[in-house]
Amino acid sequence: MANHPADPRAPLDALINSPGREGLTGTAPVNLYLRHRERESITTAPDRSPEDQQPAWREDFPIDWPQDQYVERRDFMKFLVLTSAALTAGQFWVVGQNWLRRRRGLPEVRRVASLREIPPGMSLVFQYPGELDNCVLVRLSESELVAYSQKCTHLSCAVIPEPEKGVLHCPCHEGYFDLRSGRPTAGPPRRPLPRIIVEVRGQDVYATGIDTRTT
Amino acid sequence: MAVRRPFSRDQRTTIIYGMLAFVLVVVVLQIWLLTATMNAFLGGDEDVVVPAALVSVVACGLNVGLLGYVRRMERVSG
Repeated sequence: MANHPADPRAPLDALINSPGREGLTGTAPVNLYLRHRERESITTAPDRSPEDQQPAWREDFPIDWPQDQYVERRDFMKFLVLTSAALTAGQFWVVGQNWLRRRRGLPEVRRVASLREIPPGMSLVFQYPGELDNCVLVRLSESELVAYSQKCTHLSCAVIPEPEKGVLHCPCHEGYFDLRSGRPTAGPPRRPLPRIIVEVRGQDVYATGIDTRTT
Repeated sequence: MAVRRPFSRDQRTTIIYGMLAFVLVVVVLQIWLLTATMNAFLGGDEDVVVPAALVSVVACGLNVGLLGYVRRMERVSG
């Protein structure tokens, strides 16, 4: 049987404390206007045990664990957003470097050495395209010449040609590159050495460009 | 009309956890993107540089937008 609204024994409306219903029904519970603590103002100790079971010093040094967690996560999120902005700035730094590289254009053709200076099986260090860009020229056979940038693609240490083993060796972290292709064969480097394009004109060797590769 | 109540602290903590997970994934993606772009740039592949920067801007915008939402949520909740 349905309860009549006027029946005093009828249970209170379950929605009486919902927002929008308070004070409208005239049947508010007696403690409605009593001062009570907001749920969010109640301090929770890290061990989550009730307040009356906490040691006395907790009253002097209360730790609001949920609030602490909330603030920590929020601050960590702020830090991550800052990291995200820094990574974006890094991307634009790459864009800037790319623009500068394009602006410089192609490197000029430059004489590197004479064939007489570099017999088969020997190597020679030269600078190309800038005065500080060391490169290494290796004469593999009578008619075969290869040249690479001397900067290791791992951490820019100078690589040393070892023609007898057919490798270029980076002594810093034991990186090895194939002498014929410049591709990494062992150690930490992942990218091939930039290849210097060389041409033989008469008895002279000329550097005509740089071929950078990712594989 | 439905009454909109500000989020309680527990709700806000749950929201922060969700956002944190999302932002973390985006930042990891950005780290990968910067590494891959740098590798391509050093390898002479210039085609990916500008698109990667644009993607990074979008990712950063998402993160900043989420942070802005947190600030608004805190202002409403008091």
